[in-house]
Amino acid sequence: MKTGFNFAYLDEATKRMIRRKILKAVCIPGYQCPFGGREMPLAYGWGTGGMQVTASIIGKQDILKVIDQGADDTTNAVSIKNFFKRVCNIMTTDRTTEASLIQTRHRIPETTLNKDQIIVYQVPQPEPLRKLEPKEKETRKLHAYKEYALMHVKLYEEISQFGSVIKTWAYPVETNNRYITDPTPIPKFDNPKMNNMEALQLFGAGREKRIYAIPPYTKVKSLDFDDHPFEIQTWDECCSICGSTKSYLDEIIINNEGKKNFICSDTDFCKSNLEKNK
Amino acid sequence: MYVAVKGGEKAIKSSLKLLEKKRKETGTKSIEINQIKEQLSFAVDRVINEGSLYDKDLSALAIKQSQGDLVEAIFLLRAYRTTLERYAYSTAIDTSKIIIKRRISASFKDIPGGQILGPTFDYSHRLLDFSLMKEDEINSYENINNQEPKNKEFPSVIDYLNNENLLEQEINNLNDNPFDVTRDPMKFPASRDQWMQILARGDEGFLLGLSYSAIRGFGSKGTHPFVGEIKYGIVDIFISPDELGFEICIGEIEISECQMIDQFAGNKNTPPQFTRGYGLTFGYNERKSMAISIVDRALKSEGYGEEIKFPIQDQEFVLYHADNVEAQGFVTHLKLPHYVDFQGELNLIRKLRNEILQGKKL
Repeated sequence: MKTGFNFAYLDEATKRMIRRKILKAVCIPGYQCPFGGREMPLAYGWGTGGMQVTASIIGKQDILKVIDQGADDTTNAVSIKNFFKRVCNIMTTDRTTEASLIQTRHRIPETTLNKDQIIVYQVPQPEPLRKLEPKEKETRKLHAYKEYALMHVKLYEEISQFGSVIKTWAYPVETNNRYITDPTPIPKFDNPKMNNMEALQLFGAGREKRIYAIPPYTKVKSLDFDDHPFEIQTWDECCSICGSTKSYLDEIIINNEGKKNFICSDTDFCKSNLEKNK
Repeated sequence: MYVAVKGGEKAIKSSLKLLEKKRKETGTKSIEINQIKEQLSFAVDRVINEGSLYDKDLSALAIKQSQGDLVEAIFLLRAYRTTLERYAYSTAIDTSKIIIKRRISASFKDIPGGQILGPTFDYSHRLLDFSLMKEDEINSYENINNQEPKNKEFPSVIDYLNNENLLEQEINNLNDNPFDVTRDPMKFPASRDQWMQILARGDEGFLLGLSYSAIRGFGSKGTHPFVGEIKYGIVDIFISPDELGFEICIGEIEISECQMIDQFAGNKNTPPQFTRGYGLTFGYNERKSMAISIVDRALKSEGYGEEIKFPIQDQEFVLYHADNVEAQGFVTHLKLPHYVDFQGELNLIRKLRNEILQGKKL
């Protein structure tokens, strides 16, 4: 099939440049590597960073899965998947277990990832300290000196005011005992999956032009205090489709009276779970 | 059950069809690229600037394809430009060697080479011309009473101030490896080549607003810049390939240039002096070149040791937010589903409310 574009859209020199940055990022887990991010035919903030990482590492043998908010069939996930089908002519899948490469926005699949898989996160804001210090010049220094008091004080203040840390997504983590890292806007429910994950985790921020990585089997710790340990979200309800009590649930309003139902955010997990239970 | 966002494949197809239908609603005649190029030339020039690709045909195509949404057209052009290979960097253009179309100075009544008004809306009365509602065939415009300027060289007017050292020196040492905002990630403190590129492709509205804020009161105090010179014309582009060792001309481009004169109170090492603000754009974008020149001067504040008080002086504020392809992308990403994150917030707010309400009961 002729597309009129290079395999995976980017030219080979650009892909090589990005791969070099990825190697650097893998060597310094959690460190944000600046890279010469390119413009993509997708809007900034819609996954251009993840797309560039995917484009630079994808091969003809790869089987790609793209999810957004946990689902394979959301519009933006479909659009990105179609893009790679068009410029790579590769296989895609909805099955987490079949995929060799998973690009995601805001979720980590419920199914445990293995060592032969790579997960690529789309990153809106790579700098976990940005909300506390707007200047890049300053935050780079804070990371260099491992000066993270700002963040700890912030968490402490939340506990003193609300009784607990009130960050429910993009909950900051410490990678490999060194860098405080933004896990991207995944729910804190997903944070524990990042710890010692067998799969390589790559993070691409297109607009901010940063790549970072968490190599396989790396310690990833959600920030907390001894007397206020990190906790994940729980639900009293179960998934109304597959009955799961272990997955992250989306809340759905099903009628005009505001009646609620809960279903798995991870559509593939929900489907597999349902098949298994039959 | 829930189909609002999921089931995207079919929805996208229909959406694209509806978009195409919007363009062809009543089946009017298709606009030709040349018509856009000539009759909407200012739009075309805006798009080549912010799309940062000097190709008026593709710019016109992008405007047609985006149905006149210029930010979308700029985005289309950028997404095309990014796939092009980089063959060479041009040498610095010499704007004194220019086929001049317009050139004015607001600082000097008369200037060598003369003031040339050229094509401008400035002195048109902004009254709707109802005759254009139904215009007959456009005949190629006769070259009536149009005196071509005789001069071939137009040295920078404000350099006359140099003779008395009244004006700061412009940087002479040209960097052989200029910063390339299309290839290098942003770094701070930003260098001038870096910010000039960002401003050149920055959003016109954003830069206009910023420059307005500075001269209205949210800029260095008490200063009112003066237009030293504005030029609009055609310059040659040269490259100097290593294997040749000499310069060859590869084409010509239209440019707009603005040199603004501003004040500087001086410090321990330097007596009071005029300072410069510089703006350069592709095509005919005079308003934007003026805005850039004001922002450029403000960004130099830090280098002069001036107090940084206002947004326009703040490098990170200006440079991170000037690009409309980045800005529109990130603002509009808010319409992507966020229900996983929102669920987290929902859970939290219920929990917090419960704790408080139960606490009250006790």
